[in-house]
Formats: sequence, C-alpha cells, structure tokens
Amino acid sequence: MLFVLETVISGALAGIMYSLVALGFVLIFKASGVFNFSQGVMALFAALTLVGLLSGTIPFTNTDNPALALPVWAAIPLTIFVMFIVAVLIEKFILRHLVNQEHIILFMAMVGLTYVFEGVGDMMWGSDVKVLDLGLPQGAWDWLFDTHDLYVEKIEMVAAATAAVLVTVLAVFFQKTRIGRALRAVADDHQAALSVGISLRNIWIIVWSAAGIVALAAGVMWGAKSGVQFSLSLIALKALPVLILGGFTSIPGAIVGGLIIGIGEKLVEVFSGELIAAAFAGLIEIDPGVFSATENWFAYVLALFFLMFRPQGLFGEKIIERV
Amino acid sequence: MLYRESGLFKTSYAADQVIFPIPQDRWGILAILAIAFVGVPLIMDDYWANAVFIPFLIYSLAALGLNILTGYCGQLSLGTGGFLAVGGYSSYKLMTSFPELDMLLVLGGAGATTALVGLLFGLPCLRIKGFYLVVATLAAQFFIIWLFYKVPWFYNYNATGQISVVPREALGFLVTTQRADPVVRYLFVLSIVVVFALAAKNMVRGRFGRMWMAIRDMDIAAELIGIRPYMMKLTAFAVSSFYIGVAGALIFAVWLGAAESGETYGIDESFLVLFMIIVGGLGSVLGSFLGAAFIVLMPIGLKNLLVDGFGMTAVLAKHIEITAFGVLIIFFLIVEPHGLARLWQIIKEKLRLWPYPH
Repeated sequence: MLFVLETVISGALAGIMYSLVALGFVLIFKASGVFNFSQGVMALFAALTLVGLLSGTIPFTNTDNPALALPVWAAIPLTIFVMFIVAVLIEKFILRHLVNQEHIILFMAMVGLTYVFEGVGDMMWGSDVKVLDLGLPQGAWDWLFDTHDLYVEKIEMVAAATAAVLVTVLAVFFQKTRIGRALRAVADDHQAALSVGISLRNIWIIVWSAAGIVALAAGVMWGAKSGVQFSLSLIALKALPVLILGGFTSIPGAIVGGLIIGIGEKLVEVFSGELIAAAFAGLIEIDPGVFSATENWFAYVLALFFLMFRPQGLFGEKIIERV
Repeated sequence: MLYRESGLFKTSYAADQVIFPIPQDRWGILAILAIAFVGVPLIMDDYWANAVFIPFLIYSLAALGLNILTGYCGQLSLGTGGFLAVGGYSSYKLMTSFPELDMLLVLGGAGATTALVGLLFGLPCLRIKGFYLVVATLAAQFFIIWLFYKVPWFYNYNATGQISVVPREALGFLVTTQRADPVVRYLFVLSIVVVFALAAKNMVRGRFGRMWMAIRDMDIAAELIGIRPYMMKLTAFAVSSFYIGVAGALIFAVWLGAAESGETYGIDESFLVLFMIIVGGLGSVLGSFLGAAFIVLMPIGLKNLLVDGFGMTAVLAKHIEITAFGVLIIFFLIVEPHGLARLWQIIKEKLRLWPYPH
C-alpha cells in the first residue's frame, strides 16, 4: 500500500512538471489562438541561456570564460530579458505576418520555430549535456522518509511549489490587472479588442514574454532534475496530452490534466504488467515485461479516452458549431 | 501565347472530362514521364538512387497519402510515422511468412493492413475535431511504435529487434536488397508512384474528392447537403493510410533494406511528411511532389553547400541546416501559405495572359 502511495505521489509531482510546460501553451493559446508547439524547445533554450550565463559561456564560440560568469541573482533576470527579446523578435518576424491565417498554418510555423530554436540554441551554447546548479535541493526528503517511509524527491516538491506560485501569480495577473483585462479581451475577440484601443502587438509580446518566463521555470526544474540537454525539448510532446485533456483554454485544466496524466502514467507503468499477466494467467502466458515503457503512449490514449466523452477537454469552453 | 485555353473547343463529354484539358499540360506530363522513365535511368547509380530519386518518390507517395487526409478531407494527422511503420512491418511479415508472394502483392497487403489500422484510429474522428484529433493520431503514432518495439512476433524474434529485408522479386525482377540493380529499383518505385498519383488525381476530382473537400470546408454544411461525414472521413482515413502503408513498405523493402520502429518511423517522420504537404500545398497532387522534392533535396543541397562549399565542420553544418530548415518553413508560410503548388498556379495564370497582361 505504501508503494502505491509512493507511486501516486511521484506521479502527481511528475504531472506538475508537465503542467508547467502546458501552462505556457495555454497562455499563448488564450491570447492569440496560436498553438505554440515550440514551448518545449523554449524551455530548453531558456535553460541553456541560464546555464550559459552562469558559466560565462561566450555565445557561438563554445568556450567558457569564468571571468564572465554571472551570479544567480543576475543571471535569472538577464535570462528573462533574453526571453523578452525573443518574444519581440517572434512577434516582429512571424506573428505579425501571419495574422488571420488558418490554425494549421500557424501551427506549422510554430513547428518551424521549434527547429530554429533548436539550431540556434545549439549554435549559441553548444550541444553537450550541461549541469544546471542553482543550489536547488537534491535527493530524497529525509523527514518524510524517516517518519513515514515515503521516498519523495525534494526537487519535485520545489517544482510543485513553483507551479503553485506561478498559477497564483498568473491568475491574479489575468483577473486583477489592467493588462490582464486587456489579455482576456483579446482572447475573447481580436477585432473587438482592437476597436477599443488595445494594441494586439503589445499584448502578444507580453504573452510571449510570460510564456518565456514559464518556459524558464519549466526548463530550470527539468534541467535541475535531469541535466540540460536536447531531450528536454521533448517534454512538449508530454505536455500536449495534458493540455488537451484539460482543455486548451483553461489554466486550472492544465494543472488538473497534468495531475491525472502524471498519476495515471506512473500507476500503469508500475502495475499494469503484473495485473494483466495475472488476469490472463490461466489462458495465455504474458510476460509482464512487455508492459514496460508504456509512458510513451499512455498519456495520449488516456487523453483520447477522455475526449470521447468531452470533446473540448475537461475544462475547455464548449465548442459550438454553426453553419 | 504559348500556354492558353482559347481556341480549345470541346465537342464531346469525354473531351470535357479529361484530366488535363490543356494540350500543353498533357505534353508536359508526357515529357516528364518520358524523362523519368527513359532519361533518368541513364544516369542512375547507387548514390543517385538511394540519396535522391528513391526517397523523393517514396516521400511523394507518403505526402500524397497525407494530403488526401489532411489537404482534401481536412483531418490533421501526426500519425504518419506510425502508419509508415505498419506498412513496413506488415510487408516484412508478409515477405517472411509467404516467400512465394510477388512484391506487388506484398505491397498491396501492406497497404490493406495499414488501411485497416488507419480506420481503427480514425474511428474517434466524428466526435473529436481539429487539434484535438491530433491527439488521436499521436496516440496511434506512439502506440504503434511501442508495439513493434515490444512484441517480438513483429520482428520474428530476432536478437537485434530490427527487421531486415529478404530478396524478393516483382514480376520476375529482383527489387529488394542491395543486390538489386538501382535502375530496376528506381523504375519499380516510379511505376508504383505514377499509378498511385494517377489514381489520386482521379479520386480527388471525382465524387469522393468533392465530398472530402465539402467535409473539409465545413462538415456540418456538408452533412446538410446529404454527405455522410463519418463515412467520408473514414474513407479518407482508409485511402490515405493505404497510400502511406505502401510508402512505408517501400521505405523498408526497397530504399533502406532494414528498419527499426523508433528509428526509421519516429515522430520526426510525421512532421517531415506534414511539412512536405504544407510547403508543397494542401489539397494538391502536384504539391505533394513539389513538397517532397523540396524537403528531400534541401538538406542535401545545404549540406553540400556548407560542408564542401564553405568548409564548415559537419556538426556546425548540421546546426545551421536545422536552423535554415526552420527559417525556410516559416518564410514559406509567410510568403505563400498555400504552398509551391499555388506558385505554379500563379505562374500558369500569368502565362495565359502573356505577353499582353491587362
């Protein structure tokens, strides 16, 4: 029973990590209707930039100069500034020219952007695996391990706390501030928002910067856990079912979706092989080992199952179709 | 002056319904076919066959398949890699289980198997639409790859987990393995692609194609004028998967000679084929070929230019290639969202007026 609990907790925490990425998707989709496939690579790019600044790497040369290494308190704001510049560039060179295009065109442009991020990130900061050391706590949480015999990684607790803070800040930002109100107006109706004097371009820059900051948070968490490397960008593919399960437009949806998928995936990974082998024990011989590495597809199949009942995701706005 | 419709009088229904009504188009197609069947084999060697012509033709076929589903019927799919894998692995199973089978029948069987799998994963398409459908197709992609990797029956229990091709003949000519003559392999793939392209061209201008396009433009409206959306979406899934399955079998059997589910048929393949139809032109048979040519040839061209031309290291060239690939995709989408096929159409329209534009 303890083992089940442990699996559930670790699944929930992993799910929060997925939610961090999914959050970036939701932000951009809400404000511009763009399905930003490059969110995963943005996380990688932000983490690479942070590592590069911390270790004083000179961009495009792949050499370190320790004299240029920045302390953490300077490197993080500078990375955020870089993500802001990236947001401005994306608005200027891509989004501005693709207003009013079909969804699939915008989506493919974002996939193209993914390649650009990947290539530029590698060229700027080198393509080897990097260690991100921000002094975040590592290893198991001793207190819980001693008193309840539960193994929970500290870094995942930090990620969960970060996600909670981010969601709260974003919720307040969206609901209470002037810019947040403008963002919601743009999300509702581009033209109506324009007609009351909201600048679409500024809004896009703000949203992409916010998504950049979320990407940085996700990149830092994943990077601290498993090193900053190319595979980091693949979490976009993990965040996609989370996003769809929760509904494209819902911030709580991203969190709940992450939890459902994180927990489900861990439970299936750990227990399905034995259960299925036991169920068919008398009939055919099934090797429980066959049901390993289910993590790759389980999230999608689960999302698909939910979609059969709610085609707009759990918290998505109801899709109304007219001729 | 050179390319025009004026003076072209149709006196029978048959003349009204030909595929290429303008004589210049007909001659152009015949000339291209003549070059492809007679001219190209003269310069064919292993390098040209394996690096340029065979991948171009096979990817054209895959792009054609995806274009039927995404371009004509409007169902966005990212499961192409998985369906290619079904084609590849089912052709392997057919080749090893029935050694007597002609390669053409193997391809047909692989296509039919993939069509069934495509139907299965297309089933949710009535309820799930747009980007949400991407999840269903991604589920297909990841599940199929996982299945071929985990269940040893699919690769005949061999130790490497790979499948590798065995010598098989089509109509008496050896077409698989490295022993096969590159010219024969090229002509084999070319003939198949030509037949399938002709079939696609006829399908999309006929009853089915029009119904698919009605569904794409607005499925509720299509339903109101008496088209059954579910049936048409499912037929699009089946036909498209058939094409993609044949392409997957060709990738394995004729082009690469060996395959491993995650390596050969990964998610990257899905994106690659999707890029082809976007760059080439959604809803265009010609666009599938143009897009495939662009995506297959561009990396080769860039690599030759950067490594041999500027003397860059292979790693740096690879990074620049990826970046350039992304930039070009975005550039294309901004400049001409309807793809290369649309550019060709504009050229034709200009040609009709030349040399006296209004």
